[in-house]
Amino acid sequence: MSSRLTQRFEACAREGRAALVTFVTAGDPDHDTSLALLKALPAAGSDVIEFGVPFTDPMADGPAIQAAGLRALKNGQTLVKTLAMVRAFRETDTTTPVVLMGYYNPVYIYGVERFLVDAKAAGVDGLVVVDLPPEEDNELCLPALAAGLAFIRLATPTTDDKRLPAVLKNTAGFVYYVSIAGITGAGSADAGAVAQAVTRIKAHTPLPVAVGFGVKTPAQAAAIAANADGVVVGSALIDALRGTLDAEEKATPATIPAVTRLVSALAEAVRTARPAAAE
Amino acid sequence: MNAPNSFRTGPDESGHFGMFGGRFVAETLMPLILDLEKAYQDAKADPAYKAEMDAGLKHYVGRPSPLYFAERLTEHLRAGAGEGLGAKIYFKREELNHTGSHKVNNVLGQILLARRMGKPRIIAETGAGQHGVATATLCARYGLKCVVYMGALDVSRQAPNVFRMKMLGAEVVPVQAGAKTLKDAMNEALRDWVTNVHDTFYCIGTVAGPHPYPAMVRDFQSIIGHETRAQMLEQEGRLPDSLIACIGGGSNAMGLFHPFLDDPHVKIWGVEAAGHGIPSGQHAASLTGGRPGVLHGNRTYLLMDDDGQIAEAHSISAGLDYPGIGPEHSWLHDTGRANYISATDEEALAAFQLVSRLEGIIPALEPAHALAKVIDLAPTLPKDHLMVVNLSGRGDKDIPQVADILGTRI
Repeated sequence: MSSRLTQRFEACAREGRAALVTFVTAGDPDHDTSLALLKALPAAGSDVIEFGVPFTDPMADGPAIQAAGLRALKNGQTLVKTLAMVRAFRETDTTTPVVLMGYYNPVYIYGVERFLVDAKAAGVDGLVVVDLPPEEDNELCLPALAAGLAFIRLATPTTDDKRLPAVLKNTAGFVYYVSIAGITGAGSADAGAVAQAVTRIKAHTPLPVAVGFGVKTPAQAAAIAANADGVVVGSALIDALRGTLDAEEKATPATIPAVTRLVSALAEAVRTARPAAAE
Repeated sequence: MNAPNSFRTGPDESGHFGMFGGRFVAETLMPLILDLEKAYQDAKADPAYKAEMDAGLKHYVGRPSPLYFAERLTEHLRAGAGEGLGAKIYFKREELNHTGSHKVNNVLGQILLARRMGKPRIIAETGAGQHGVATATLCARYGLKCVVYMGALDVSRQAPNVFRMKMLGAEVVPVQAGAKTLKDAMNEALRDWVTNVHDTFYCIGTVAGPHPYPAMVRDFQSIIGHETRAQMLEQEGRLPDSLIACIGGGSNAMGLFHPFLDDPHVKIWGVEAAGHGIPSGQHAASLTGGRPGVLHGNRTYLLMDDDGQIAEAHSISAGLDYPGIGPEHSWLHDTGRANYISATDEEALAAFQLVSRLEGIIPALEPAHALAKVIDLAPTLPKDHLMVVNLSGRGDKDIPQVADILGTRI
């Protein structure tokens, strides 16, 4: 199951490098720009795409991703449209994994069963739902696994060894290690502490471990990629996108290139992170 | 839905009241709320904690609060009622508590718990500012650092309370996100908590949020109903026939209702804020105009659109201006044990003025919503019907806003 995710992480491992996981918000700043950006990410060097589902109240997100979600919602983005964008992406790309990331309420209101059928059909590979801890596995995690979608769990600095097995129990695809106690786009984690945490998690699971929250620059990505199986970058890409918008927050010709340029720099960084694996 | 044997045993171990409640939080917070649950269970079983609570409630808060027969309001409403009609109205005087509302009952419990847990930094969200003031007050009393998140709109419409919090040594952070009201303040408080996991205690002001908050806050507020029971037995020799309270998140209402839930002859009304009227779409009546969804750690009735995006609430009252409601209220609604109705801005404003003139008590705009429905209901009920309204807060904080609405310069 979740073969695209597994295959992609395995392929990166064979190349002796971490996977680059890129987060962008669906519909930011508008539907057409966002779809074009989604299609441009793999060629720029993104190995796995996290596609953010906008929500009015993103409690775990910092200002950059909050604002991205609100831009998308203001321009009429819905979960229905987000799934349609993934379907459109799959017409030309059948290998890059796409993970939807967001909060539970839009999925709950869409209807869990209907959502899982539609997401699977659209070509979604996995789900990251921030406000569903293992204690609420019956809501979406177990039905998603049954439907053949990976439910990717967040492990955090507050997840101790006692709790870790419960967090890993029903997770699939990869484990998303949140490198700081905090919101997205906040301060950066210490690479040494992250490496220790990755080692600790890998002692409990054979799944790849990707690290996110607070990874902004190619240098930081390289430091994390030295030990982790994947590096997640989100807020920095959103910041690059926002920096190109006009006064009315509309996309400009600079929008997509600004994001893909940073993605390419990050892709280069994860490829040079482990000297022993250099080509 | 079948009626349970008791309405007072919830929530279950996983924090559910029927389908409502739960623990919908980010993994970072999950260990913290498990710690909190354990600390609260331990405290409940510790006589020293109970003794500290009892002493604080008596000597610092000023409990018990009186149960007062509102004679002139009763007579006024009887004058317009039919023969033999016009319920006898009592006020539960929570506005006389230290800090001017019921909020302090809960804050005292949580601050004593934070001290037991060794957490030196307290964060809170506030709407009208009553919970913020109560939290700032207890933090001053116990020498704890206090940060209060408040929507920027509420900061401007509740200026007296903002100044009070600052006088008490709290930092007030205006939240610019969303509609700049209570919902946005709660988002920001959660973001603070997820960032400051080691030293910070989140003091939630209402019967909402992830388990154990809805049950814990209810327990702390239930002193309102327990006192009312004893006081009514003493004054009238029997239990009241009905209870009525306003609802934003629903803590003052739950505190009054809970001890009476298993007395089936006691009728219960919760009053939501209808804002400009339910048909206008500009209101804060989650049960009347919303549907079940997940926000702020729990499943409950919420105002939202068809995509599951949370809607902005509207109410004249900053304390009721929230698109959700405590999960236990959602359950009491679905089981039919309590009746939920609503009052508009205009009705609340009229009740605010009427009660000020008739009883010499200026109520807060929040309980003015409950009083507005007392004005509707009491004349339809017999004279021997004993009705208790929770006067959950005093109106001093609302004077500048009401003066502005009435076109008076002060």
